[in-house]
Amino acid sequence: MDTFLQVLVNGIMLGGLFTIVAIGLTLIFGIVKVINFAHGEFLMVGMYLAYLLTVGLGVHPYVTVVALAPALFVLGALAQRFIIQPLLAARDEHVQIFATVGLSTALINLALMVFGADIVNTPSSGLRTPLEIGPVRVLIGQICILVTAVVAVIGLQLFLGRTNTGRAIRAVAQNRTAAQLMGINANRMHILTFGIGTACVGVAAALVAPLYPTSPNIGTYFVLTAFVVVVLGGLGSIPGALLGAMVIGVVDAMSGFYIGSDLREAVVFGMFLVILILRPSGLLGSRSTLSHVSP
Amino acid sequence: MLELRDVHAGYGPTTILHGVSLTVQAGEVVTIVGGNGAGKTTTLRAIAGVVSTTAGQILFEGEDISTLSPHDIVDLGITMIPEGRQLFPDMTVRENLLMGAYRPAARAARADTLEEVLTLFPRVRERIDQRASHLSGGEQQMVAIARGMMARPKLLMFDEPSLGLAPKIVSQVFQVIEQIEASGATVLIVEQNVFHTLKAANRGYVLENGEIVLSDDAEALLTNDHIRQAYLGI
Repeated sequence: MDTFLQVLVNGIMLGGLFTIVAIGLTLIFGIVKVINFAHGEFLMVGMYLAYLLTVGLGVHPYVTVVALAPALFVLGALAQRFIIQPLLAARDEHVQIFATVGLSTALINLALMVFGADIVNTPSSGLRTPLEIGPVRVLIGQICILVTAVVAVIGLQLFLGRTNTGRAIRAVAQNRTAAQLMGINANRMHILTFGIGTACVGVAAALVAPLYPTSPNIGTYFVLTAFVVVVLGGLGSIPGALLGAMVIGVVDAMSGFYIGSDLREAVVFGMFLVILILRPSGLLGSRSTLSHVSP
Repeated sequence: MLELRDVHAGYGPTTILHGVSLTVQAGEVVTIVGGNGAGKTTTLRAIAGVVSTTAGQILFEGEDISTLSPHDIVDLGITMIPEGRQLFPDMTVRENLLMGAYRPAARAARADTLEEVLTLFPRVRERIDQRASHLSGGEQQMVAIARGMMARPKLLMFDEPSLGLAPKIVSQVFQVIEQIEASGATVLIVEQNVFHTLKAANRGYVLENGEIVLSDDAEALLTNDHIRQAYLGI
């Protein structure tokens, strides 16, 4: 029983990690309607920045979030303004997707050039210390990730549902022309959304860097699961991302322990396929997508 | 208040308007009538800045607005109520109305405007917390008009307000439009329902193939032979 609890908690912690990486992805998809293949690379850039700042300034890795969130916001806003937006005129929306693939490859190779292929480790500053809660052990850093992920989900829902800017963002997603006729600057809302989505990745990077080694390919590792999470939860649904991440996290941990770590991914992706066949729009898809956020 | 001088506009390589000129004076109700594809909607969209003007000038209170963005035009006091309602389907009626007062100037008076608008549309008040997509076509049109009024515009533009509505609802919509007119608002209205519109308007323009072919007082147009044959089927 204690072992089961431990594995379950491990899965929930993993779910927190997947959530924090996936919310920006689902936000950008839900509003800007772009599948951002460079999402993982934004995370990778954030992790390198976290490493450099932590080591360079000798601060706690979490302190770097003060610089990471704004820096990643600007990076995402620039990508939307100068890469995605000019391609709006290209009629075929797939061009935008390929542009993000190009951006992803460019960022990976840039990182290879600057940092080389070897991994770097951000100081863990006590975040790897296990905490004993009853029969289970969790790392302090994992708890921080989970708490931040839940706070971010609630915060984004409140922002989109209750603020004027949040409503304007949803209005653009639901009917762009009508939104413009209301005086909403649709392009600016897209830039803002992309920025917020990548700022979430900045927060994620500060939390993830002290627990995981950073390498140029780290983004690919995280983002593949993030895509599964986003599709499973329902594309564009923020609560769906949380639910999808928890399902994937728990199944991942359970199958890794009870079936065998070799078959872990086979089980996760097999279950993913089954759920999609049964519910093609995802667990919360089309019922609670971003446009549906209620106040 | 509003003057179009030889306006050319269209979508991409396709030109729809081949030199449209018209004027709307403050307090006036002006209508543009014409068949399908004549360029009526494009004219309104060009004024609203959603379609770019390729040649000519659009003057609003003396200022050329033909190169401004849609949100700047809303700030100047022009609001367009689009064809087919175009509500935000997954928002509540209240949220839709709040979006109508999105710009800072309108937002400052938002609570008062909402109360005024809901007094004018008791049906909308009943539906205020429902999702917009759950409303009937007629109710949606009322919400669309109410949303447009939330901006407190100087010039209100209607694009085919009766399109796709049952005859009884059409009469209700025109009653509302007449109420708005009676309050002294300046209105530019585009309609295929020529009879109702000319009854409600002071002056009218007839648009065919992207050009104004006729303009006169609304009453005169109602008895005009060309109008009677082409649009009223009399």
